[in-house]
Amino acid sequence: MNEMSDLYQELILDHKRHPRNFREMPDATRAVDGHNPLCGDQLRLFVKVSDRRVEDVSFVGVGCAISMASASMLTEAVKGKTVEEAERLFADMHDLLTSAHPRTDPAALGNLGVLAGVHEYPMRVKCATLSWHTLDTALNTEEDSVTTE
Amino acid sequence: MSAILSTATAPWDVERVRRDFPILDQQVHGYPLAYLDNAATTQKPRVVLDTLEHYYRHDNANVHRGVHLLAERATGDFEAARESVRRFINARSTREIVFVRGTTEAINLVASSFGQGLREGDEVILTAMEHHANIVPWQLLRERTGIVLRVLPITPAGELDLDALPGLFSTRTRLLAVTHASNALGTINPITDIVSVAREHEVPVLLDGAQAVPHLRVDVQALDCDFYAFSGHKLFGPTGIGVLYGRESMLEAMPPYQGGGEMIRTVSFEKTTFAGLPHRFEAGTPDIAGAIGLGRAIEYLEGLDWEAAMAHEARLLDHATQSLEEVPGLRIIGQARDKVALVSFVMDDVHPHDMGTILDHRGLAVRAGHHCAMPVMTYFRVPATSRASMAFYNTFEEIDRLADALRYARELLA
Repeated sequence: MNEMSDLYQELILDHKRHPRNFREMPDATRAVDGHNPLCGDQLRLFVKVSDRRVEDVSFVGVGCAISMASASMLTEAVKGKTVEEAERLFADMHDLLTSAHPRTDPAALGNLGVLAGVHEYPMRVKCATLSWHTLDTALNTEEDSVTTE
Repeated sequence: MSAILSTATAPWDVERVRRDFPILDQQVHGYPLAYLDNAATTQKPRVVLDTLEHYYRHDNANVHRGVHLLAERATGDFEAARESVRRFINARSTREIVFVRGTTEAINLVASSFGQGLREGDEVILTAMEHHANIVPWQLLRERTGIVLRVLPITPAGELDLDALPGLFSTRTRLLAVTHASNALGTINPITDIVSVAREHEVPVLLDGAQAVPHLRVDVQALDCDFYAFSGHKLFGPTGIGVLYGRESMLEAMPPYQGGGEMIRTVSFEKTTFAGLPHRFEAGTPDIAGAIGLGRAIEYLEGLDWEAAMAHEARLLDHATQSLEEVPGLRIIGQARDKVALVSFVMDDVHPHDMGTILDHRGLAVRAGHHCAMPVMTYFRVPATSRASMAFYNTFEEIDRLADALRYARELLA
């Protein structure tokens, strides 16, 4: 069962068991609901942006191991980044997870690179991208919700 | 019914039956395929596959038109399939058998056509156990006409709360629409009791039989229902074909569903007269091959020792229930006394989608999700469940592999 542990790597399981920044944020500048109607995964992402910098980011929600770990790792990765840097990260993650031939090197993404294994599971890609689409919606639109449909 | 048969000991040669289903003989991720998603769709016996190919190779023509030989053969086979369906569910006449795309279209047909006779304030009774296919068509009708939907609740065991049923009827009740067996829980509903309550109030009954026909002997006259809907692909037949049984007196009183060819007698721009039953409800070229394939699937089932097959399924269900109950952290959703052969379950700390992926990697095909029954998920306060649903070609060894893989999933993720 080597392949299963390629997907469910220790780091992913650690984030699933102990999600980081798993809390509401009363003073968030944006709060967006992300929903995957296919599997019912639901999360709410909070961001506090000031001077084009993501000062704080957190989330609450329910979902599978991949979606919870991806959201948890997202919060660690984008906290303190500028909006532009966060958007570049979104673009890289989107490429890594959804492109037929990703140009993004997982190793260049630090911890987030462990999510690269999801690429081999087409039915699960949306689990991993849900939080990232929610972040993109929070940073780039006025919308309050997004679905993976 | 399955519970009663669970003590039977009829011999069942499962290995021989499995050879009738070519698709079962394959490896998935290095393991033999264990197909446990039969409530989603069943596999097709070779005779059905051969029938489809034979039809397109030798007999393909449009039905009920043309006088050439191929048209004659296609029409003959198509109508023979209708007769097979009639026999299978013991309808009085083939006039009561309408071919549709599946259960969903059958219910939409009734909601659309029968629904034209409903007025604002009229009431339709549903249950909290329904598949979305027996909820949404009635909501669409509610938007069009202002009908009122009343919902019979379920109990923690996953059975209908029959005590609450009489109180749902009023002088405005026009239809009771209920599932024969639940796709999310497996519950077989006590249709005889339900129909008799409806009869007291002179309310017609529609049964969603999608999950019942593959597992139970269905006799629409004995059930005394007015409509019975089911899909061919869950009955070992092709996708794209299904059946609406309608009591003849009901269908006779209903306006056409869709307009077009096939369903007319004469057409002029001033006035069109419609064909008789059942063609009035079959506008356009039907799924001819699908219907013939379904007829062949029914003949295949009729050739099996059905009692032995059902006894095998009942033993599979017992074995699965016992094996899964012993898995740490696992909770079975739906513990009705009378169930078709499926087990819906959740596991602490393992989301059904992770479960689906992990099981798939051991060659086990199960369904993970809300099973198009979101009200059921809401009632049990779970976002989704995993569901292992069995057919007469499944084996005890496959259930044992499932139980092993469930323990592995918990070790991996919890």
